[in-house]
Amino acid sequence: MSKQEWPLYEVFIRSKAGLSHRHAGSLHAADDQMALSNARDTYTRRSEGVSLWVVRSDRIVASDPTETSAFFEPAEDKIYRHPTFYEIPEGVENL
Amino acid sequence: MSADQTLIAYTLRLADNALILAQRMIELVAAEPELEEELANANFALDYIGQARMLYSHAGELEGNGRSEDEFAFMRDEHEFRNLLLLEQPNGHFGDALVRQFLFEAFYLHLLEALIACSDQGLSEIAARAIKEVKYHNRHSAQWLVRLGDGTEFSRERVQASLDNAWRYTGEMFTGDDIDVAFQRDFDGPNLNAIRDLWKRDVERTVTEATLRLPDEQWMVSGGKQGQHSEHFGFLLAEMQYLQRSFPSATW
Amino acid sequence: MYTQGLDQAGNDKQSGVETAEQLAAFQKRVDAEEKIEAKDWMPEAYRRTLIRQISQHAHSEIIGMQPEGNWLTRAPSLKRKAILLAKVQDEAGHGLYLYSAAETLGVSRDQMVADLLSGKAKYSSIFNYPTLTWADIGAIGWLVDGAAIMNQIPLCRCSYGPYARAMVRVCKEESFHQRQGFDIMLTLCRGTAAQKAMAQDALNRWWWPSLMMFGPNDTESKHSAQSMAWKIKRFSNDELRQKFVDVTVQQAEFLGIRVPDDELSFDPESGHYTFGEIDWQEFIDVVAGNGPCNKQRLEKRQYAHNEGEWVRAAAQAYASKQAARAAA
Repeated sequence: MSKQEWPLYEVFIRSKAGLSHRHAGSLHAADDQMALSNARDTYTRRSEGVSLWVVRSDRIVASDPTETSAFFEPAEDKIYRHPTFYEIPEGVENL
Repeated sequence: MSADQTLIAYTLRLADNALILAQRMIELVAAEPELEEELANANFALDYIGQARMLYSHAGELEGNGRSEDEFAFMRDEHEFRNLLLLEQPNGHFGDALVRQFLFEAFYLHLLEALIACSDQGLSEIAARAIKEVKYHNRHSAQWLVRLGDGTEFSRERVQASLDNAWRYTGEMFTGDDIDVAFQRDFDGPNLNAIRDLWKRDVERTVTEATLRLPDEQWMVSGGKQGQHSEHFGFLLAEMQYLQRSFPSATW
Repeated sequence: MYTQGLDQAGNDKQSGVETAEQLAAFQKRVDAEEKIEAKDWMPEAYRRTLIRQISQHAHSEIIGMQPEGNWLTRAPSLKRKAILLAKVQDEAGHGLYLYSAAETLGVSRDQMVADLLSGKAKYSSIFNYPTLTWADIGAIGWLVDGAAIMNQIPLCRCSYGPYARAMVRVCKEESFHQRQGFDIMLTLCRGTAAQKAMAQDALNRWWWPSLMMFGPNDTESKHSAQSMAWKIKRFSNDELRQKFVDVTVQQAEFLGIRVPDDELSFDPESGHYTFGEIDWQEFIDVVAGNGPCNKQRLEKRQYAHNEGEWVRAAAQAYASKQAARAAA
């Protein structure tokens, strides 16, 4: 008998129609269907959701924290992408 | 037996099934094979406690003597309980408890389906709520049966034995007595023969998928529905009822 | 949630590769109340402290299911049975969330469970006391969950993101736990004389172990200062204990039962209750494994784990077969 532990899954819940799925937590399961059941029984006990996604944690591709500055800081000085960058003269509406 | 009495007796059988199965399931708390399964087992047991409460309350209202859900649960003796023998059987190992759950719920699902259509509004409403819960349980148990059956050699043999051992308690589900007959006639109740066919079909499908074999036709034990229980049952009740019996006038 | 000042048994090795610059930069992030996430650089000692604390916390939830589970089959009404089952189930869930949080630090659940089962890992000493009557279920909810809440609310702001997030969920779910315990006590105290005596007896037995849950006095607590600097811990053991005593004594008065401490008195000057000395020898003994139920709790866990092995293996074998079939 193999003594390896069941793989880890990440659980995402849509709390109601119209919202996107959000990460809720993790759990262990032997297979995908079990992961879905376990997610239901663990993470939706208080009516937290109307839809579930589960995905094996080792299938997630993540950015590397050591590259955080290279990944995300270049966006910080592009303030012209935000509407608050622009001054609206007095009296102009609906803009 | 009057129609009212039939309805009360029938409702109490359903309530007793739910309570006794729940009681067995909560014995499994903190003993499940994996943490995630603890959550599932507790969810299902909570569903059954909820069903038992609704059904006892309904029986109490029908009876009209002010008996509460707790009086039904805690102040009746062994012979007054009318649950199926299958449900009072000791848990055994994970496979035994799973097979008990699976065999009962494959039946209960169709029973509830039929009860939604019965002419007693209270029962019909309770059945409509319960069926959602039981559908989910059934999905869970069926998947587990397949995992154990089609798992390791050891697990297949073990769960096959569970199935063989539990089989002789399944006949009672479909053996109609006076109450079943009267309930079907007077309240558009379930047709147990029809349910047996559906049950057989569903059980066979999952058992086959699980690479297990259906046990042979055999002698069936019955009696729970008439209040004739197995020896285990007295202990279950003694434990469950102990506080209410020790302090009869107290509220908790 | 049942953490306590379980900061004993630490043997953190300082790894030689950590530079002063790295440590200073890390501390700066913590001081700025930035959350540390799983893959971020962190001092090895921070990681180890968290693994120890979070896993002990998780173990406490799991072992904590037993003393309350002890009354599930005997709960005196169907309503109480359902409430207690929902509570014990929450504890399983909280153990699960916490194991998951610890797993982000690079330790497997299997390893943590193995450490629990071998007796290497600790869990909250409170669960090594027996639940002898139904009133103990009330006392656990009221006192033990009450003490736990004092500890856990600040943990929602812990510097380690996954732990803080797990604690937010735990706190949200647990908000009913203490209330249901107090509700049981209140019902008993308003009930028959025998019921009230049951409630008093439970308070007598659970009061001091509850105070011990906050861990050793600040002067004795080895890891407190470091944990405070890392913002894993926000308040000291003694601060939290005092807060607990202040609110709980008044609740006992409302219930009409007596806190078993002859030295208990209200000090109008400070606005706090002063209370007697905890029997620290008892605490040390119970943590060392010599409480009334240490052996029993661990054996039950070991038994369940061993009995479940074939089931876990079967599920895994099935999953492998399915994967092979899908690939074929």
